[in-house]
Amino acid sequence: MSSVLKTNALESEAIYIFREVISQFDKPVLLFSGGKDSITLVRLAQKAFFPAKIPFPLLHVDTGHNFPETIAFRDKLVEELGLELIVRNVQDAIDEGKVVEETGKYSSRNSLQTITLLDAIEEFKFDACIGGARRDEEKARAKERIFSVRDDFGQWDEKNQRPELFDILNGKIENGQNVRVFPISNWTELDVWSYIEKEHIEIPSIYFSHKRKVFLRDGLIWSHSPFVYQEEDEQIEERIVRFRTVGDMTCTAAVDSYAETIQEVVGEIRTSTISERGARIDDKRSEAAMEKRKQQGYF
Amino acid sequence: MEVLKIATAGSVDDGKSTLIGRLLYDTKSLTTDKIEAIEKSSKQKGYDYLDFSLATDGLVAEREQGITIDVAHIYFSTAKKSYIIADTPGHVEYTRNMVTGASTSQVSIILIDARKGVIEQTYRHFFINNLLRVKEVIVAINKMDLVDYSEEVYNKIKADFQALNAKSTFKEQNVSYIPLSAINGGNVVDKSENMTWYDGQTVLEHLEGLHSSDVFETGKARFPVQTVIRPKTEEYHDFRGYAGKLYGNSIKVGDAVTVLPSLTESKVSKIHFFDKTFDEAVAGSSITIELENDINVTRGDMIVKSSELPKIEKEITTTVCWMDSKKLVAGTKYIVQHNTNSVLAKVESIKNTISTDYSGTKEASQLAINEIGEVTIKLSKPLYFDAYNDNKSNGAFILIDTATNTTAGVGFIR
Repeated sequence: MSSVLKTNALESEAIYIFREVISQFDKPVLLFSGGKDSITLVRLAQKAFFPAKIPFPLLHVDTGHNFPETIAFRDKLVEELGLELIVRNVQDAIDEGKVVEETGKYSSRNSLQTITLLDAIEEFKFDACIGGARRDEEKARAKERIFSVRDDFGQWDEKNQRPELFDILNGKIENGQNVRVFPISNWTELDVWSYIEKEHIEIPSIYFSHKRKVFLRDGLIWSHSPFVYQEEDEQIEERIVRFRTVGDMTCTAAVDSYAETIQEVVGEIRTSTISERGARIDDKRSEAAMEKRKQQGYF
Repeated sequence: MEVLKIATAGSVDDGKSTLIGRLLYDTKSLTTDKIEAIEKSSKQKGYDYLDFSLATDGLVAEREQGITIDVAHIYFSTAKKSYIIADTPGHVEYTRNMVTGASTSQVSIILIDARKGVIEQTYRHFFINNLLRVKEVIVAINKMDLVDYSEEVYNKIKADFQALNAKSTFKEQNVSYIPLSAINGGNVVDKSENMTWYDGQTVLEHLEGLHSSDVFETGKARFPVQTVIRPKTEEYHDFRGYAGKLYGNSIKVGDAVTVLPSLTESKVSKIHFFDKTFDEAVAGSSITIELENDINVTRGDMIVKSSELPKIEKEITTTVCWMDSKKLVAGTKYIVQHNTNSVLAKVESIKNTISTDYSGTKEASQLAINEIGEVTIKLSKPLYFDAYNDNKSNGAFILIDTATNTTAGVGFIR
């Protein structure tokens, strides 16, 4: 019997993008957060280059406030696939006085990651940083190109973006510039979850329902942790929760959920009426929070 | 799941963002927090209806001016399909964005304000859909609520558009006409109770009914090589695979193929996708191909069936849409990027500009931003191409400015 390859348009597009990266750039790197989107990227990169190994390292900008489950997962994945992992710590930038730690009720190291990321790009002379951002996540990201050029200062000039036509990707840049690459630009949250289910991709345990010490603030469920500022009147309680999106502990809220398997998670996403980034504390700061961070070099 | 890409075009205030917002709202694709944000924002601005445009206008500048200034991508899905909308602005100075949106779309929605009818902008939008060969065009006659849902108005606009359609050079294009009221939701997802005289499909019904054979043109199989995969491990010591995305048609194991530009002949011995092999791959697949004999293939080469060679030439006649503020003039050098092949090129001559309102051509010696014209280009190395009208993917290219590296224009080979 003859076998015909059935094509998944989104997967095929992502693989194509990975292959353009390796052909058009000298020093690509995959920005790995330990979240489901970057884990999906790793699988797609594997498919793009098989039977060769993934031909670039992973870079994790560690805020020091990550969920321990995410870090353990990261280390296991890197070990299993024989990948090179580079970790740069936000704590170092704080110790060197390059950035000042936020204080108070909503303090987070989320936006401080930008400086550490830009420093790492300069240190390793990366010319392409591959990220798992999706256009459906947030309205500033909806305008993002697949190859998005950043200047010497890592800045995004959203009003002067190169047009992207057909499948043709223009990765030509000057010395010092770099490109942010988004292979899963056109995927939705449900596309990612369905792919994880279909491909049996392993993800950190915090994405599944578990018991956690939390407290409520502004209608969101915050993790109780030494890294998260808590007012005296904010009562700790135990709840059955899971995370839909994973940033660091200071900027990611949990959701009430009994979804214990990937099938149950997909079912929950299908019927959910709350958007993914609705649980991102960092986006709640203002209507243009993401756009402002992106202009400064956040990805 | 099937993915359908849609481009939207309309003039300022035709209600394009409202139509998209309505599609999202009525397919329950907007989440509670987004609806709340829209309600809050609409209230702050003192509107007495939900301003759906707030769901799509992403950048701060756009929210301030209340207009769309760049291509935004919007996603929604039904049980049947995933939809991606490229929302492109309609002002005359943004032709480049419309061309960009249409280049990746299989369906185009052209918005018309029922009060204004077919206007010059409509001509331009349709022209671009003709030029880029977008297979399906939906003419969405919006704001029917403001013309008392009049069948006469609808018929008049439809007749005017049909007259325009008679000028089209792309006869395989399928054009449908839908009267609607995006603000009230009539004929967007659900049938309008106010237009019982219309017995056609709603916008969503029409989209749901499209098959990929309706929207994709097939041509000859083209396999531009992106990269060569050589694992150099013990297990795959001699593995040499050519990685790329297949366009136009399918390819099978055993097919006699020719590698361009060397014209070396071989046979497909294996088709890989990740850790599995297949006998056949269809257009759109990102695969890795092994050939029977060891020949020299590198990035930029193209593998085709030996019986279906493309044209191989060092001079091309093209239709160019210019996208850079620096004008295109004869004698200037650019990089032509055609599939995975990058070639230094010189603009040999500019013959004319082509009016996007179907009024013909004008002699010209340069192209300014948003102008379209006939341009002859000389290449330092041959391209292996088809006419855009015969094989879309192998007939389009971009021009890259050698000083700024920006994508300065897009060309369609004649």
